[in-house]
Amino acid sequence: MTLDTLQHLLRDAAPQVLGAIVRRYGDFAAAEDAVQEAMIAAAAQWPRDGLPANPRGWLFQVAVRRMTDHVRSESARRKREALAFADVPFGLQVTPHTDLDAAAVGDDTLILLFMCSHPALTRPSAIALTLRAVGGLTTAEIARAFLVPESTMAQRISRAKATIKTSGIPFAMPSAAERDARLDAVLHVLYLMFNEGYASSSGTDVHRTDLSNEAIRLARVVHALLPGDPEVGGLLALMRLTDARRLARTGPDGELIPLDEQDRSLWDRRAIDEGLALTRAVLAHGAVGPYQLQAAIAALHDEATSTDTTDWPQIATLYGLLGLMSDNPMVELNRAIAVAMVDGPPAGLALLDALEADGRLAGHYRLTAVRAHLLERAGQPAAAMDLYRAAAARTTSVAERNYLIMKAARLSPNDEARSAGRE
Amino acid sequence: MKYMLMMHAPRTGWETAGIATWPMDDIKAHIGFMKQFAGELQASGELVGAEGLASPEHARIVRAGRNGGPEVTDGPFAEAKEFLAGYWIVDVPATERAYAIAARASAAPGKGGVPLNMPIEVREVMSAPPAEA
Repeated sequence: MTLDTLQHLLRDAAPQVLGAIVRRYGDFAAAEDAVQEAMIAAAAQWPRDGLPANPRGWLFQVAVRRMTDHVRSESARRKREALAFADVPFGLQVTPHTDLDAAAVGDDTLILLFMCSHPALTRPSAIALTLRAVGGLTTAEIARAFLVPESTMAQRISRAKATIKTSGIPFAMPSAAERDARLDAVLHVLYLMFNEGYASSSGTDVHRTDLSNEAIRLARVVHALLPGDPEVGGLLALMRLTDARRLARTGPDGELIPLDEQDRSLWDRRAIDEGLALTRAVLAHGAVGPYQLQAAIAALHDEATSTDTTDWPQIATLYGLLGLMSDNPMVELNRAIAVAMVDGPPAGLALLDALEADGRLAGHYRLTAVRAHLLERAGQPAAAMDLYRAAAARTTSVAERNYLIMKAARLSPNDEARSAGRE
Repeated sequence: MKYMLMMHAPRTGWETAGIATWPMDDIKAHIGFMKQFAGELQASGELVGAEGLASPEHARIVRAGRNGGPEVTDGPFAEAKEFLAGYWIVDVPATERAYAIAARASAAPGKGGVPLNMPIEVREVMSAPPAEA
Protein backbone atom coordinates (compact mmCIF):
# COMPACT_ATOMS: atom_id res chain seq x y z
CA MET A 1 0.00 0.00 0.00
CA THR A 2 1.56 3.29 -1.05
CA LEU A 3 1.34 6.37 1.14
CA ASP A 4 -0.80 7.94 -1.54
CA THR A 5 -3.36 5.14 -1.53
CA LEU A 6 -3.46 5.28 2.25
CA GLN A 7 -4.06 9.00 2.21
CA HIS A 8 -6.83 8.74 -0.36
CA LEU A 9 -8.52 6.02 1.62
CA LEU A 10 -8.35 7.95 4.86
CA ARG A 11 -9.50 11.22 3.35
CA ASP A 12 -12.42 9.66 1.57
CA ALA A 13 -13.46 7.87 4.71
CA ALA A 14 -13.07 10.85 7.07
CA PRO A 15 -16.41 12.64 6.52
CA GLN A 16 -18.29 9.35 6.25
CA VAL A 17 -17.03 8.04 9.56
CA LEU A 18 -17.40 11.42 11.25
CA GLY A 19 -20.98 11.74 10.03
CA ALA A 20 -21.84 8.33 11.41
CA ILE A 21 -20.24 9.13 14.78
CA VAL A 22 -21.98 12.51 15.08
CA ARG A 23 -25.31 10.84 14.25
CA ARG A 24 -24.75 8.32 16.99
CA TYR A 25 -23.43 10.61 19.74
CA GLY A 26 -24.53 14.10 18.77
CA ASP A 27 -21.43 15.83 20.10
CA PHE A 28 -19.73 17.20 16.98
CA ALA A 29 -16.64 18.58 18.72
CA ALA A 30 -15.86 15.36 20.57
CA ALA A 31 -16.74 13.22 17.55
CA GLU A 32 -14.38 15.23 15.40
CA ASP A 33 -11.53 14.66 17.89
CA ALA A 34 -12.34 10.94 18.07
CA VAL A 35 -12.25 10.55 14.28
CA GLN A 36 -9.02 12.53 14.05
CA GLU A 37 -7.47 10.15 16.61
CA ALA A 38 -8.74 7.15 14.67
CA MET A 39 -7.20 8.54 11.48
CA ILE A 40 -3.85 9.09 13.17
CA ALA A 41 -3.98 5.54 14.57
CA ALA A 42 -4.76 4.21 11.08
CA ALA A 43 -1.90 6.16 9.51
CA ALA A 44 0.45 4.51 12.01
CA GLN A 45 -0.98 0.97 11.99
CA TRP A 46 -2.15 0.22 8.48
CA PRO A 47 1.21 0.58 6.73
CA ARG A 48 2.69 -1.74 9.38
CA ASP A 49 -0.07 -4.34 9.84
CA GLY A 50 -1.73 -4.16 6.45
CA LEU A 51 -5.07 -2.79 5.40
CA PRO A 52 -8.05 -4.03 7.45
CA ALA A 53 -10.76 -5.90 5.53
CA ASN A 54 -13.19 -3.04 6.10
CA PRO A 55 -11.17 0.17 6.52
CA ARG A 56 -14.18 2.41 7.15
CA GLY A 57 -15.57 -0.06 9.69
CA TRP A 58 -12.16 -0.13 11.39
CA LEU A 59 -12.03 3.66 11.63
CA PHE A 60 -15.59 3.71 12.89
CA GLN A 61 -14.84 1.14 15.62
CA VAL A 62 -11.74 2.96 16.81
CA ALA A 63 -13.58 6.30 16.83
CA VAL A 64 -16.44 4.72 18.78
CA ARG A 65 -13.97 3.43 21.35
CA ARG A 66 -12.52 6.94 21.69
CA MET A 67 -16.01 8.37 22.02
CA THR A 68 -16.85 5.82 24.67
CA ASP A 69 -13.75 6.82 26.63
CA HIS A 70 -14.70 10.44 26.20
CA VAL A 71 -18.29 9.90 27.34
CA ARG A 72 -17.08 7.88 30.35
CA SER A 73 -14.60 10.49 31.44
CA GLU A 74 -17.18 13.21 30.86
CA SER A 75 -19.69 11.35 33.02
CA ALA A 76 -17.08 10.75 35.67
CA ARG A 77 -16.31 14.44 35.66
CA ARG A 78 -19.97 15.30 35.91
CA LYS A 79 -20.48 12.84 38.74
CA ARG A 80 -17.59 14.43 40.55
CA GLU A 81 -19.20 17.78 40.07
CA ALA A 82 -22.46 16.29 41.33
CA LEU A 83 -24.32 17.40 38.26
CA ALA A 84 -27.24 15.58 36.82
CA PHE A 85 -26.41 13.79 33.63
CA ALA A 86 -28.29 11.64 31.27
CA ASP A 87 -26.89 8.22 30.66
CA VAL A 88 -25.53 7.98 27.18
CA PRO A 89 -25.70 4.72 25.30
CA PHE A 90 -22.13 3.57 24.88
CA GLY A 91 -22.68 1.97 21.53
CA LEU A 92 -21.04 -1.29 22.44
CA GLN A 93 -23.03 -3.18 19.84
CA VAL A 94 -21.69 -1.23 16.98
CA THR A 95 -23.03 -1.96 13.52
CA PRO A 96 -20.91 -0.02 11.10
CA HIS A 97 -22.77 -1.41 8.12
CA THR A 98 -25.99 0.34 8.98
CA ASP A 99 -24.22 3.40 10.38
CA LEU A 100 -22.22 3.74 7.20
CA ASP A 101 -24.90 3.01 4.61
CA ALA A 102 -24.43 4.80 1.33
CA ALA A 103 -27.37 7.21 1.32
CA ALA A 104 -26.77 8.45 4.86
CA VAL A 105 -23.06 8.86 4.12
CA GLY A 106 -23.69 11.27 1.21
CA ASP A 107 -26.06 13.38 3.26
CA ASP A 108 -23.65 13.37 6.19
CA THR A 109 -20.82 14.71 4.07
CA LEU A 110 -23.04 17.56 2.88
CA ILE A 111 -24.26 18.31 6.39
CA LEU A 112 -20.67 18.40 7.62
CA LEU A 113 -19.75 20.82 4.84
CA PHE A 114 -22.70 23.05 5.74
CA MET A 115 -21.66 22.94 9.37
CA CYS A 116 -18.02 23.78 8.73
CA SER A 117 -18.97 26.75 6.51
CA HIS A 118 -21.45 28.11 9.01
CA PRO A 119 -21.77 31.92 8.91
CA ALA A 120 -20.93 32.09 12.64
CA LEU A 121 -17.35 31.11 11.74
CA THR A 122 -14.73 33.39 10.22
CA ARG A 123 -13.64 32.28 6.76
CA PRO A 124 -10.13 31.18 7.84
CA SER A 125 -11.69 29.09 10.64
CA ALA A 126 -14.21 27.62 8.23
CA ILE A 127 -11.44 26.63 5.82
CA ALA A 128 -9.35 25.03 8.57
CA LEU A 129 -12.30 23.14 10.03
CA THR A 130 -13.44 21.94 6.59
CA LEU A 131 -9.94 20.63 5.87
CA ARG A 132 -9.92 18.67 9.11
CA ALA A 133 -13.49 17.46 9.49
CA VAL A 134 -14.35 16.86 5.83
CA GLY A 135 -10.92 16.70 4.20
CA GLY A 136 -9.45 14.40 6.82
CA LEU A 137 -6.19 16.35 7.03
CA THR A 138 -4.29 16.38 10.30
CA THR A 139 -3.83 19.60 12.23
CA ALA A 140 -0.10 19.41 11.46
CA GLU A 141 -0.79 19.25 7.71
CA ILE A 142 -3.22 22.16 7.85
CA ALA A 143 -0.77 24.22 9.92
CA ARG A 144 1.95 23.57 7.35
CA ALA A 145 -0.28 24.63 4.49
CA PHE A 146 -1.10 27.91 6.24
CA LEU A 147 2.48 28.47 7.43
CA VAL A 148 1.48 28.81 11.07
CA PRO A 149 2.64 26.81 14.11
CA GLU A 150 0.68 23.64 14.79
CA SER A 151 -0.44 24.82 18.23
CA THR A 152 -1.92 27.95 16.63
CA MET A 153 -3.86 25.89 14.13
CA ALA A 154 -5.03 23.47 16.83
CA GLN A 155 -6.36 26.42 18.79
CA ARG A 156 -8.08 27.91 15.74
CA ILE A 157 -9.84 24.61 15.06
CA SER A 158 -10.92 24.05 18.63
CA ARG A 159 -12.28 27.60 18.84
CA ALA A 160 -14.20 27.01 15.65
CA LYS A 161 -15.70 23.88 17.14
CA ALA A 162 -16.58 25.75 20.32
CA THR A 163 -18.36 28.37 18.20
CA ILE A 164 -20.39 25.64 16.54
CA LYS A 165 -21.24 24.16 19.92
CA THR A 166 -22.39 27.43 21.50
CA SER A 167 -24.38 28.53 18.48
CA GLY A 168 -26.31 25.26 18.73
CA ILE A 169 -26.15 24.42 15.04
CA PRO A 170 -27.96 21.10 14.70
CA PHE A 171 -26.41 18.22 12.79
CA ALA A 172 -29.13 18.25 10.19
CA MET A 173 -29.76 19.27 6.61
CA PRO A 174 -30.63 22.99 6.48
CA SER A 175 -34.21 23.80 5.50
CA ALA A 176 -34.92 24.23 1.81
CA ALA A 177 -35.22 28.00 2.33
CA GLU A 178 -31.80 28.17 3.97
CA ARG A 179 -30.07 25.66 1.77
CA ASP A 180 -29.06 27.87 -1.15
CA ALA A 181 -27.42 30.47 1.05
CA ARG A 182 -25.61 27.77 2.98
CA LEU A 183 -24.42 26.09 -0.20
CA ASP A 184 -23.09 29.46 -1.39
CA ALA A 185 -21.06 29.63 1.83
CA VAL A 186 -19.67 26.11 1.27
CA LEU A 187 -18.67 26.96 -2.30
CA HIS A 188 -17.08 30.21 -1.18
CA VAL A 189 -15.02 28.37 1.45
CA LEU A 190 -13.81 25.88 -1.17
CA TYR A 191 -13.08 28.73 -3.58
CA LEU A 192 -10.98 30.54 -0.94
CA MET A 193 -9.23 27.28 -0.04
CA PHE A 194 -8.30 26.83 -3.68
CA ASN A 195 -7.05 30.40 -4.04
CA GLU A 196 -5.07 30.20 -0.83
CA GLY A 197 -3.20 27.31 -2.39
CA TYR A 198 -3.05 28.70 -5.91
CA ALA A 199 -2.29 32.36 -5.35
CA SER A 200 -0.82 31.99 -1.86
CA SER A 201 -1.81 35.08 0.07
CA SER A 202 1.19 34.84 2.37
CA GLY A 203 4.73 33.58 2.37
CA THR A 204 7.14 33.37 -0.49
CA ASP A 205 5.92 30.23 -2.25
CA VAL A 206 3.52 30.96 -5.05
CA HIS A 207 1.81 27.59 -4.89
CA ARG A 208 0.77 25.54 -1.95
CA THR A 209 -0.65 22.86 -4.10
CA ASP A 210 -1.84 20.70 -1.25
CA LEU A 211 -4.52 23.29 -0.52
CA SER A 212 -5.58 23.64 -4.16
CA ASN A 213 -5.65 19.89 -4.62
CA GLU A 214 -7.72 19.41 -1.52
CA ALA A 215 -10.15 22.12 -2.63
CA ILE A 216 -10.51 20.37 -6.00
CA ARG A 217 -11.04 17.03 -4.32
CA LEU A 218 -13.74 18.43 -2.04
CA ALA A 219 -15.42 20.27 -4.93
CA ARG A 220 -15.50 16.92 -6.71
CA VAL A 221 -17.18 15.36 -3.70
CA VAL A 222 -19.83 18.11 -3.62
CA HIS A 223 -20.31 17.81 -7.37
CA ALA A 224 -20.85 14.06 -7.06
CA LEU A 225 -23.43 14.66 -4.33
CA LEU A 226 -25.19 17.50 -6.16
CA PRO A 227 -24.62 16.74 -9.86
CA GLY A 228 -27.60 18.89 -10.87
CA ASP A 229 -26.35 22.12 -9.30
CA PRO A 230 -24.71 24.18 -12.07
CA GLU A 231 -22.78 26.45 -9.68
CA VAL A 232 -21.10 23.44 -8.04
CA GLY A 233 -20.09 22.18 -11.48
CA GLY A 234 -19.03 25.72 -12.38
CA LEU A 235 -16.76 25.98 -9.36
CA LEU A 236 -15.15 22.61 -10.06
CA ALA A 237 -14.66 23.60 -13.71
CA LEU A 238 -13.14 26.95 -12.68
CA MET A 239 -10.69 25.21 -10.35
CA ARG A 240 -9.64 22.66 -12.97
CA LEU A 241 -9.25 25.27 -15.73
CA THR A 242 -7.21 27.55 -13.46
CA ASP A 243 -5.11 24.80 -11.95
CA ALA A 244 -4.34 23.50 -15.46
CA ARG A 245 -2.05 26.53 -15.95
CA ARG A 246 -0.18 26.07 -12.68
CA LEU A 247 3.12 24.76 -14.06
CA ALA A 248 3.34 27.54 -16.64
CA ARG A 249 2.51 30.25 -14.13
CA THR A 250 5.88 30.46 -12.41
CA GLY A 251 9.48 30.50 -13.56
CA PRO A 252 12.50 28.75 -12.08
CA ASP A 253 12.94 31.34 -9.32
CA GLY A 254 9.27 31.31 -8.38
CA GLU A 255 8.58 34.47 -10.38
CA LEU A 256 5.09 34.94 -11.78
CA ILE A 257 4.68 34.55 -15.51
CA PRO A 258 1.62 36.36 -16.92
CA LEU A 259 -0.84 34.62 -19.20
CA ASP A 260 0.49 36.26 -22.37
CA GLU A 261 4.03 34.97 -21.71
CA GLN A 262 3.22 31.48 -20.50
CA ASP A 263 4.49 28.42 -22.34
CA ARG A 264 1.09 26.98 -23.16
CA SER A 265 2.54 23.55 -23.91
CA LEU A 266 3.01 23.24 -20.13
CA TRP A 267 -0.72 23.53 -19.56
CA ASP A 268 -2.36 20.36 -18.32
CA ARG A 269 -4.46 19.14 -21.26
CA ARG A 270 -6.38 16.61 -19.23
CA ALA A 271 -7.43 19.18 -16.66
CA ILE A 272 -8.46 21.56 -19.45
CA ASP A 273 -10.53 18.92 -21.21
CA GLU A 274 -12.30 18.02 -17.99
CA GLY A 275 -12.88 21.70 -17.21
CA LEU A 276 -14.21 22.42 -20.70
CA ALA A 277 -16.60 19.46 -20.60
CA LEU A 278 -17.88 20.55 -17.20
CA THR A 279 -18.28 24.15 -18.33
CA ARG A 280 -20.28 23.12 -21.39
CA ALA A 281 -22.47 20.86 -19.29
CA VAL A 282 -23.29 23.51 -16.68
CA LEU A 283 -23.83 26.33 -19.17
CA ALA A 284 -26.32 24.15 -21.04
CA HIS A 285 -28.27 24.07 -17.80
CA GLY A 286 -29.45 27.67 -18.15
CA ALA A 287 -29.25 29.01 -14.58
CA VAL A 288 -26.04 31.01 -14.92
CA GLY A 289 -24.14 32.01 -11.77
CA PRO A 290 -20.82 33.68 -10.95
CA TYR A 291 -18.72 30.49 -10.79
CA GLN A 292 -20.00 29.35 -14.16
CA LEU A 293 -19.17 32.74 -15.67
CA GLN A 294 -15.66 32.63 -14.25
CA ALA A 295 -15.28 29.09 -15.53
CA ALA A 296 -16.44 30.23 -18.96
CA ILE A 297 -13.81 33.00 -18.94
CA ALA A 298 -11.09 30.56 -17.83
CA ALA A 299 -12.26 28.19 -20.58
CA LEU A 300 -11.83 30.88 -23.26
CA HIS A 301 -8.26 31.47 -22.08
CA ASP A 302 -7.47 27.77 -21.93
CA GLU A 303 -8.86 27.11 -25.41
CA ALA A 304 -6.75 29.81 -27.05
CA THR A 305 -3.29 29.13 -28.42
CA SER A 306 -2.11 32.67 -27.61
CA THR A 307 -3.41 36.00 -26.29
CA ASP A 308 -3.75 37.13 -29.92
CA THR A 309 -6.20 34.37 -30.74
CA THR A 310 -8.11 34.67 -27.46
CA ASP A 311 -11.79 35.56 -27.76
CA TRP A 312 -11.49 38.90 -25.92
CA PRO A 313 -14.91 40.28 -26.99
CA GLN A 314 -16.55 37.27 -25.39
CA ILE A 315 -14.42 37.64 -22.26
CA ALA A 316 -15.34 41.34 -21.98
CA THR A 317 -19.03 40.41 -22.28
CA LEU A 318 -18.72 37.70 -19.61
CA TYR A 319 -16.99 40.12 -17.21
CA GLY A 320 -19.82 42.56 -17.89
CA LEU A 321 -22.37 39.91 -16.89
CA LEU A 322 -20.33 38.98 -13.83
CA GLY A 323 -20.22 42.65 -12.83
CA LEU A 324 -24.01 42.80 -12.97
CA MET A 325 -24.16 39.89 -10.53
CA SER A 326 -21.57 40.88 -7.99
CA ASP A 327 -20.82 44.64 -8.16
CA ASN A 328 -17.20 43.88 -7.38
CA PRO A 329 -14.74 46.53 -8.62
CA MET A 330 -12.13 43.80 -9.27
CA VAL A 331 -14.45 42.38 -11.93
CA GLU A 332 -14.62 45.77 -13.61
CA LEU A 333 -10.82 45.95 -13.47
CA ASN A 334 -10.60 42.66 -15.34
CA ARG A 335 -13.21 43.87 -17.81
CA ALA A 336 -11.03 46.92 -18.49
CA ILE A 337 -8.16 44.61 -19.53
CA ALA A 338 -10.44 42.67 -21.89
CA VAL A 339 -11.93 45.87 -23.32
CA ALA A 340 -8.43 47.19 -23.94
CA MET A 341 -7.67 44.03 -25.91
CA VAL A 342 -10.79 44.55 -28.04
CA ASP A 343 -11.00 48.33 -28.49
CA GLY A 344 -7.43 49.36 -27.69
CA PRO A 345 -5.71 50.68 -24.55
CA PRO A 346 -7.49 54.10 -24.47
CA ALA A 347 -10.87 52.37 -24.05
CA GLY A 348 -9.48 50.34 -21.16
CA LEU A 349 -7.86 53.39 -19.58
CA ALA A 350 -11.19 55.23 -19.70
CA LEU A 351 -12.73 52.41 -17.66
CA LEU A 352 -9.87 52.69 -15.16
CA ASP A 353 -10.60 56.41 -14.76
CA ALA A 354 -14.17 55.54 -13.88
CA LEU A 355 -12.92 52.96 -11.36
CA GLU A 356 -10.57 55.51 -9.83
CA ALA A 357 -13.52 57.90 -9.43
CA ASP A 358 -15.59 55.10 -7.90
CA GLY A 359 -13.11 55.12 -5.02
CA ARG A 360 -13.39 51.53 -3.79
CA LEU A 361 -10.09 50.56 -5.40
CA ALA A 362 -8.38 53.91 -4.79
CA GLY A 363 -4.71 53.33 -4.08
CA HIS A 364 -5.02 49.58 -4.63
CA TYR A 365 -1.88 48.23 -6.26
CA ARG A 366 -3.82 46.21 -8.82
CA LEU A 367 -5.49 49.28 -10.23
CA THR A 368 -2.05 50.88 -10.53
CA ALA A 369 -0.55 47.74 -12.07
CA VAL A 370 -3.30 47.45 -14.70
CA ARG A 371 -2.91 51.14 -15.57
CA ALA A 372 0.83 50.55 -15.98
CA HIS A 373 0.11 47.60 -18.25
CA LEU A 374 -2.30 49.57 -20.45
CA LEU A 375 0.04 52.57 -20.63
CA GLU A 376 2.82 50.24 -21.71
CA ARG A 377 0.61 48.89 -24.46
CA ALA A 378 -0.36 52.45 -25.39
CA GLY A 379 3.31 53.22 -26.03
CA GLN A 380 4.07 55.25 -22.89
CA PRO A 381 6.93 53.27 -21.34
CA ALA A 382 8.17 55.99 -18.97
CA ALA A 383 4.78 56.48 -17.33
CA ALA A 384 4.23 52.72 -17.26
CA MET A 385 7.59 52.12 -15.58
CA ASP A 386 6.83 54.60 -12.77
CA LEU A 387 3.45 53.00 -12.15
CA TYR A 388 4.87 49.46 -12.13
CA ARG A 389 7.28 50.60 -9.43
CA ALA A 390 4.53 52.32 -7.48
CA ALA A 391 2.42 49.15 -7.66
CA ALA A 392 5.42 47.03 -6.60
CA ALA A 393 5.89 49.21 -3.52
CA ARG A 394 2.28 48.64 -2.56
CA THR A 395 1.66 44.92 -3.10
CA THR A 396 2.07 42.65 -0.09
CA SER A 397 2.88 39.57 -2.15
CA VAL A 398 6.56 38.84 -2.70
CA ALA A 399 5.94 37.04 -5.99
CA GLU A 400 3.85 39.90 -7.29
CA ARG A 401 6.35 42.51 -6.16
CA ASN A 402 9.13 40.68 -7.97
CA TYR A 403 6.98 40.44 -11.07
CA LEU A 404 6.18 44.16 -11.03
CA ILE A 405 9.76 45.33 -10.49
CA MET A 406 10.83 43.14 -13.39
CA LYS A 407 8.13 44.68 -15.59
CA ALA A 408 9.54 48.08 -14.63
CA ALA A 409 13.11 46.94 -15.28
CA ARG A 410 12.15 45.79 -18.75
CA LEU A 411 10.96 49.31 -19.58
CA SER A 412 13.94 51.06 -18.09
CA PRO A 413 16.07 52.84 -20.73
CA ASN A 414 19.20 51.88 -18.73
CA ASP A 415 18.31 48.25 -19.01
CA GLU A 416 17.88 48.40 -22.76
CA ALA A 417 21.22 50.14 -23.19
CA ARG A 418 22.81 47.60 -20.93
CA SER A 419 21.46 44.54 -22.66
CA ALA A 420 22.13 46.08 -26.08
CA GLY A 421 25.74 46.66 -24.98
CA ARG A 422 26.09 43.03 -24.08
CA GLU A 423 25.05 41.68 -27.40
CA MET B 1 20.75 28.99 20.31
CA LYS B 2 18.32 30.98 18.27
CA TYR B 3 19.14 34.23 16.59
CA MET B 4 17.07 36.74 14.74
CA LEU B 5 18.82 38.18 11.71
CA MET B 6 17.22 41.46 10.75
CA MET B 7 17.74 42.98 7.35
CA HIS B 8 17.54 46.77 7.31
CA ALA B 9 16.98 48.79 4.18
CA PRO B 10 17.27 52.52 3.60
CA ARG B 11 13.92 54.18 4.15
CA THR B 12 14.08 56.60 1.26
CA GLY B 13 14.28 55.85 -2.40
CA TRP B 14 12.58 52.48 -2.63
CA GLU B 15 11.02 53.49 -5.93
CA THR B 16 13.86 55.66 -7.14
CA ALA B 17 17.02 53.89 -5.96
CA GLY B 18 16.05 50.48 -4.59
CA ILE B 19 15.77 47.10 -6.26
CA ALA B 20 12.88 48.40 -8.38
CA THR B 21 15.35 50.45 -10.41
CA TRP B 22 17.95 47.75 -11.05
CA PRO B 23 18.43 46.15 -14.44
CA MET B 24 16.47 42.98 -15.03
CA ASP B 25 19.40 40.56 -14.77
CA ASP B 26 20.46 42.04 -11.44
CA ILE B 27 16.95 41.74 -10.04
CA LYS B 28 16.82 38.12 -11.18
CA ALA B 29 20.20 37.39 -9.63
CA HIS B 30 19.11 38.92 -6.33
CA ILE B 31 15.83 37.01 -6.19
CA GLY B 32 17.61 33.79 -7.16
CA PHE B 33 20.16 34.31 -4.42
CA MET B 34 17.52 34.89 -1.75
CA LYS B 35 15.64 31.79 -2.80
CA GLN B 36 18.76 29.67 -2.77
CA PHE B 37 19.84 31.11 0.57
CA ALA B 38 16.50 30.19 2.16
CA GLY B 39 16.71 26.72 0.60
CA GLU B 40 20.19 26.16 2.06
CA LEU B 41 19.11 27.19 5.56
CA GLN B 42 16.13 24.91 5.30
CA ALA B 43 18.24 22.00 4.07
CA SER B 44 20.80 22.45 6.85
CA GLY B 45 18.02 22.33 9.44
CA GLU B 46 18.92 25.76 10.78
CA LEU B 47 15.94 27.76 9.54
CA VAL B 48 13.26 28.43 12.14
CA GLY B 49 11.36 31.08 10.23
CA ALA B 50 11.77 33.91 7.80
CA GLU B 51 9.48 36.62 6.53
CA GLY B 52 9.78 39.57 4.21
CA LEU B 53 7.85 42.62 5.31
CA ALA B 54 5.66 44.76 3.07
CA SER B 55 6.90 48.25 2.28
CA PRO B 56 6.90 50.81 5.12
CA GLU B 57 4.12 52.61 3.30
CA HIS B 58 1.81 50.04 4.93
CA ALA B 59 3.33 50.52 8.39
CA ARG B 60 1.32 52.10 11.18
CA ILE B 61 2.13 52.88 14.79
CA VAL B 62 -0.54 51.84 17.25
CA ARG B 63 -0.94 52.98 20.82
CA ALA B 64 -3.74 52.25 23.22
CA GLY B 65 -6.09 55.20 23.33
CA ARG B 66 -7.89 56.45 26.41
CA ASN B 67 -10.54 53.71 26.28
CA GLY B 68 -7.98 51.01 25.51
CA GLY B 69 -8.90 50.95 21.83
CA PRO B 70 -6.29 51.36 19.11
CA GLU B 71 -5.02 54.83 18.25
CA VAL B 72 -3.39 54.50 14.87
CA THR B 73 -0.85 56.87 13.33
CA ASP B 74 1.38 56.59 10.29
CA GLY B 75 4.68 55.00 11.04
CA PRO B 76 7.41 54.14 11.54
CA PHE B 77 8.88 57.26 13.06
CA ALA B 78 9.53 59.77 10.34
CA GLU B 79 13.09 60.42 11.47
CA ALA B 80 14.11 56.75 11.07
CA LYS B 81 16.54 56.37 8.17
CA GLU B 82 16.18 52.64 7.84
CA PHE B 83 13.35 50.21 8.12
CA LEU B 84 13.11 46.51 8.80
CA ALA B 85 12.70 44.81 5.44
CA GLY B 86 12.62 41.23 6.64
CA TYR B 87 14.11 38.74 9.03
CA TRP B 88 15.32 35.19 9.46
CA ILE B 89 15.32 33.22 12.69
CA VAL B 90 17.97 30.52 12.76
CA ASP B 91 18.79 27.84 15.30
CA VAL B 92 22.55 27.30 15.40
CA PRO B 93 25.06 25.74 17.78
CA ALA B 94 27.24 28.84 18.14
CA THR B 95 27.16 32.61 17.69
CA GLU B 96 29.89 32.36 15.05
CA ARG B 97 27.57 30.37 12.83
CA ALA B 98 24.85 33.04 13.16
CA TYR B 99 27.43 35.65 12.14
CA ALA B 100 28.48 33.55 9.15
CA ILE B 101 24.87 33.25 7.99
CA ALA B 102 24.35 36.98 8.48
CA ALA B 103 27.45 37.73 6.43
CA ARG B 104 26.15 35.59 3.60
CA ALA B 105 22.81 37.42 3.66
CA SER B 106 24.63 40.76 3.75
CA ALA B 107 26.55 39.84 0.60
CA ALA B 108 23.38 39.33 -1.46
CA PRO B 109 24.08 40.58 -5.00
CA GLY B 110 22.89 44.08 -5.81
CA LYS B 111 23.08 46.33 -8.83
CA GLY B 112 25.66 45.10 -11.30
CA GLY B 113 26.09 41.95 -9.21
CA VAL B 114 28.07 43.91 -6.59
CA PRO B 115 27.43 42.60 -3.06
CA LEU B 116 24.97 44.87 -1.27
CA ASN B 117 26.75 44.67 2.06
CA MET B 118 23.46 45.34 3.80
CA PRO B 119 23.61 45.78 7.55
CA ILE B 120 22.20 42.66 9.23
CA GLU B 121 21.37 43.06 12.88
CA VAL B 122 21.98 39.82 14.79
CA ARG B 123 20.09 39.40 18.06
CA GLU B 124 19.91 36.37 20.25
CA VAL B 125 16.39 35.13 20.97
CA MET B 126 15.72 34.66 24.67
CA SER B 127 15.37 31.07 25.71
CA ALA B 128 14.20 28.90 28.60
CA PRO B 129 16.21 28.98 31.83
CA PRO B 130 19.03 26.43 32.05
CA ALA B 131 18.05 23.05 33.47
CA GLU B 132 18.78 22.72 37.18
CA ALA B 133 21.61 20.41 38.03
